[in-house]
Amino acid sequence: MTLVLEQILNGVQLGVMLFLLAAGLTLIFGIMGVINLAHGSLYMVGAYAAAVTASATGSAILAMLAGLAAAAVTGMAIEYVVLRRLYARNHLDQVLATFGLILFFNQGVTMLFGRQPLFVDIPAALSGAVEIVPGVPYPVYRLLIIGVGIAVAVGLYLLITRTRIGMLVRAGATNREMVRALGVDIRLLYTVVFGLGALLAGLAGLMAGPITSVQVGMGEQILILTFVVVVIGGIGSIRGAVVGALLVGIVDTMLRAFLPTLLRGMMAGAEADALGAGLSSMGVYLLMALVLLLRPKGLVPAHG
Amino acid sequence: MNRKGFLLTLTVLAGLATSAVAQQPVKIGMVTTLSGPGGYLGQDIRDGFQLAIDLEGGKLGGVPVQLLVEDDALKPGQGKQIAEKFMKSERVRLFTGIVFSNVAGAVVPDILDEGGIYVSPNAGPSNFAGKECHRNYFVVSWQNDNLHESAGQAATDLGYKRAFILAPNYQAGKDALTGFKRLFKGEVIGEVYTRLDQTDFAAEMAQIRAAQPDVVFQFHPGGLGITFLKQYQQAGLLGTIPMVVAAPSMDSVTMEAVGDASVGISVTSHWNADFDNEANKKFVEAFQKKYNRLPTYYGSQGYDTALAIAAALKAVNGDLSDTEKFRQAMLKADFQSTRGAFKFGPNQHPVQDWYLLRVERGSDGKLALRTQRKVLSDHADAYAGQCKL
Repeated sequence: MTLVLEQILNGVQLGVMLFLLAAGLTLIFGIMGVINLAHGSLYMVGAYAAAVTASATGSAILAMLAGLAAAAVTGMAIEYVVLRRLYARNHLDQVLATFGLILFFNQGVTMLFGRQPLFVDIPAALSGAVEIVPGVPYPVYRLLIIGVGIAVAVGLYLLITRTRIGMLVRAGATNREMVRALGVDIRLLYTVVFGLGALLAGLAGLMAGPITSVQVGMGEQILILTFVVVVIGGIGSIRGAVVGALLVGIVDTMLRAFLPTLLRGMMAGAEADALGAGLSSMGVYLLMALVLLLRPKGLVPAHG
Repeated sequence: MNRKGFLLTLTVLAGLATSAVAQQPVKIGMVTTLSGPGGYLGQDIRDGFQLAIDLEGGKLGGVPVQLLVEDDALKPGQGKQIAEKFMKSERVRLFTGIVFSNVAGAVVPDILDEGGIYVSPNAGPSNFAGKECHRNYFVVSWQNDNLHESAGQAATDLGYKRAFILAPNYQAGKDALTGFKRLFKGEVIGEVYTRLDQTDFAAEMAQIRAAQPDVVFQFHPGGLGITFLKQYQQAGLLGTIPMVVAAPSMDSVTMEAVGDASVGISVTSHWNADFDNEANKKFVEAFQKKYNRLPTYYGSQGYDTALAIAAALKAVNGDLSDTEKFRQAMLKADFQSTRGAFKFGPNQHPVQDWYLLRVERGSDGKLALRTQRKVLSDHADAYAGQCKL
């Protein structure tokens, strides 16, 4: 039973990481209508900036600030230099341009830092484990990630429902032309939203640094799952991103953890392992297909 | 025709004549993985190979060579396209470089079907070692299972009884677990297939903790392994459950990146930087001088592959038109390997010794892989018998 609890926590923690990425991706798509494949690159930029700062200064706070700043600035620069020219074009052009950005960033990072993964320590204060229930030690750092994720979710909710910027964001998502006609500087709004999305991706990246390896191409690995989250949750919907991310995180972890054992009760060892591994890696995609079949607009659609 | 024009024509003709007399360099096509998490593997193979060429002044075995390198990005389809391009437009006959077994599985048959030669510096999938072995297919590194058989033997020797084993769900991962189980005499109490694109292993850590094994064996090459080990440490398992791994899960890059989490881990390998033989000393020194970093075993395999090709090119004087002659020359393995004793078995895969290494912190405070003792001698692979050449 404690194992199940621990695995649920693991699932939530993966979900939180996915949420941070999916929130930015879905915001950008919902408001600006842009499919940003380079979102994973912003995740990588955040992770690298934090890793490099951490090894140069030894300060976790500075590393965090550097990671956030680097991702946000890079994001806004991408918006200003590249995407601004593509809003009027169709999705294929945007996909092509942002795919080009992936190659650009991967090569750039390779040239700056080489292909060998960087090493990031967990800050000493957070490196321990606590027993959430007796007999289940859980790393403090992972609990912190969950905490940060919940804080961000609440913060985004307040930002979007209670502030003027949030109002504009909602308005922009519903009817872009009308917002522009009312005299709002929509270009500035776009840059701000893109920067916010990038900031969240950077946050995910810098938090992932100490638990995974900081390396070229790390963004693409997680980007695919992020797209699954966005599709399941509903494109353009922050609440959808929360639901989708937690669902994907928990389903993925639970399948990986328990399906092979379950199957082993029914058939021979080696076959059960192979089938279990296959099914659990398909699991979230099957879930996505199911959602598309029953609720084509996602579980929590943005509007309508 | 005036005098000037005549002289010009003469010069051009003379130029043509000399280039016809000078030997055309033999083109070697290297399809390897240079980008993504596995990028440093291909980089070391390429650099090791190039080092051998540079040390001979642009030649291998006295024959001028031209190395063409392209990145397959760990995509089998992309690898196929590169090989196709090399064969069609560059007329390349001799190939090497592939890091990952899934890429090799797609690319190698194409090359062999076109009558080309492939010499593997890394991937040695089981199917090509057995029934599908081929006269023009050579492996200088190892058959995939060998790496993990040595780990299984080491775990047995170290007296572990109950093992928990994990590997990604792809050909090399399956080969890994099969290999480990082949020579591990104890009981395997948990067997888990992970994903090749997995970034979080928390679920697996919880399973390991619940199972309480004597030893954990895992195969996660490149960045995956770094992630796995860090999370193993963070889950508090490092101090409590010992780990035995094969070389791909703990090369010098992984060790650097993982830091203290790697101390005390047992590693089995066919090569280590501290091997005390002439060829290896020369290689390690030259590699560090040229690239300013310690070579991983991938670097040594790239270098050894170049030496093996050099020996064969020398024997056939750079002539690849008769592949049977080239094959006979290759099989003699007339070169000094950085790992010491080396020869080819009947399926053109290596027969070599395997060693136990341990990650230790040296007196200079740096982490290093130290060779402990030999685990297996003259070890061949289990598939050689199925190969009818």
